[in-house]
Amino acid sequence: MKKLLPLIILGALAVLPLVGLNTYLMHVIILAVMWTMAGIAWNLLGGYCGQVSFGHAAFFGMGAYTAGLLMHHFGISPWWGLLVSVPIVALVALLMGLVVLRLRGPYFVLATLAIGEVLRITCENLTPLTNGTLGIMITRTWVEKTPYYYIILALAALAFVAIRVIIASRWGYYFVAVREDQDAAESLGINTTLYKTIALTVSAVITGLAGAFYTTYMGYIDPQVVFSLGEISILIIMVVMVGGVATQWGPAVGAVIMVLLAELIRSIPRLGTAYQTLFGILLIVIIIYLPNGLVGDFHKIRRIFRKGAA
Amino acid sequence: MQTLVAGILLGGLYALIGIGMTLILGVMKIINLTHGQLMMVAMYIAFWMFELFHIDPYLSLFIAPPLLFALGVGLQKYLINPVLKVESILPHNQVILTVGIGLVLQNLATIFFTSDYRSTPVDYASSAWYLSDLWAGTPVEISLSLPWTVSFCLSVAITLLLWFFLAKTDTGKSIRATAQDKDAAMLMGVNVSRMQVITFGLGAALVACAGCLFLPIYYLFPALGSQFTLIAFVITILGGLGSTIGAILGGLILGVFESMTATYVGMGWAPVGRFAIFVAALVFLPGGVASLLKSKKLTK
Repeated sequence: MKKLLPLIILGALAVLPLVGLNTYLMHVIILAVMWTMAGIAWNLLGGYCGQVSFGHAAFFGMGAYTAGLLMHHFGISPWWGLLVSVPIVALVALLMGLVVLRLRGPYFVLATLAIGEVLRITCENLTPLTNGTLGIMITRTWVEKTPYYYIILALAALAFVAIRVIIASRWGYYFVAVREDQDAAESLGINTTLYKTIALTVSAVITGLAGAFYTTYMGYIDPQVVFSLGEISILIIMVVMVGGVATQWGPAVGAVIMVLLAELIRSIPRLGTAYQTLFGILLIVIIIYLPNGLVGDFHKIRRIFRKGAA
Repeated sequence: MQTLVAGILLGGLYALIGIGMTLILGVMKIINLTHGQLMMVAMYIAFWMFELFHIDPYLSLFIAPPLLFALGVGLQKYLINPVLKVESILPHNQVILTVGIGLVLQNLATIFFTSDYRSTPVDYASSAWYLSDLWAGTPVEISLSLPWTVSFCLSVAITLLLWFFLAKTDTGKSIRATAQDKDAAMLMGVNVSRMQVITFGLGAALVACAGCLFLPIYYLFPALGSQFTLIAFVITILGGLGSTIGAILGGLILGVFESMTATYVGMGWAPVGRFAIFVAALVFLPGGVASLLKSKKLTK
């Protein structure tokens, strides 16, 4: 049963559009799936490999801009951009890895944060190439949401399977070894730099794909959104933290909760941008009471409910 | 020459921001990513003091820092310390926690004060001193903006005060002991968790001072916090983690570098310069400027 669970969930998700949901609900679901994908990617590097990145907006934005610029300058369909973004983001991640992976702990956190910001500001200032802060507008392929839904679902499923395979393989154990004690791992002959680079690159490519999808789906990107520290980098971390660090289902649970929460609060008039306040409070509460997230600390939640019932 | 002077004046203020962060980092080994937001809160306090009671931002130095000290103590005691004890997979929970706190502070400010840009209309905002007034035959003409210069001098004074506090008082010595070796300090009878609480409050108070000094010369808006958080950690890394002298030098270097980039490359690129210097420092000089200062006495 447990082995079949992913297939059952995928099947249920695949028939979801046939139920006849309205456009808005479809939009929310698409966003949730997209954030799941980004969360899965972050979880590989942050959760399993222990390298907390505050700069995933860099990859997300790179992917988004690869797709956007190809369309904008050469009129190439952004769906090709999806493919092109893979080698480009991988290359950027490798270069970035050369610099940041030599750093540890807080240094790594800060360096990734800085690189994300550098890319945002560069993008804002390279006006001839990127249109600067005005952003890029492209025409969307379809009006209805269903095709987008299937594409992002397929991408997310692919990412899920890929990460699952990696984690179950020898690599996965190396990643965890690096997280638990890098020096010990090194002394056992594990090439920690190599495995950190692998984790970073895979994580970056999946995040970049999510970014490229974002461009094709939204039809509009600008540096302040796709390279945003608050709206991308930190949201990805929150998705994983809320759902569960280093768990398979954590990112999915986290993404659904975060997207629903954001939309719910946004629908209340006059609250406006206040949803970020609640995000912050939620993050604080989760870190203090459920540091491993809803999935990771599920046994804690269950215990509380059992006590309540008894 | 003018650029250099402007850079040094800016750098003096940056140094003050950096010292607060480096102090927290040195003692507790955590990155406080809510540093700039604390500064923003202090600036709003000073701003409303001016609006409502016409208290000069410089006089707010006696109001905002104590309040922020209390806020910092509260944050450390009730939020950060409990998390330090919690078992979790990720070792960087405190960092993410401070991000959460920052989010809350920034968005509360947006809700209460809207995201409008504000500035305090102090009447001396645009006055300046000219070197030619003091020295008629000067070969280069340099103007010193009055608020910039006053802020710089006050920032130097506050830094000296802090140095005195750390070097001479018992509490200061205990804080330094905690920074050097937590376990040894604990064995020597230092109340380490109390020192951590005090340090966080002190860091918050220092950045509050910087906020008050920045107010007469800078715009105020809720998102300003994250910008200054980034500046603070660039300074901290540049200076070498946990080194006060390093933070001062880091602040000065960054100030000069930024005003150079703004003048010779373009305003929008100044932040890129900031991060370029940061990444370069991380890669080539991981110990920061402090590691260059060979004398142990200087680096403390």
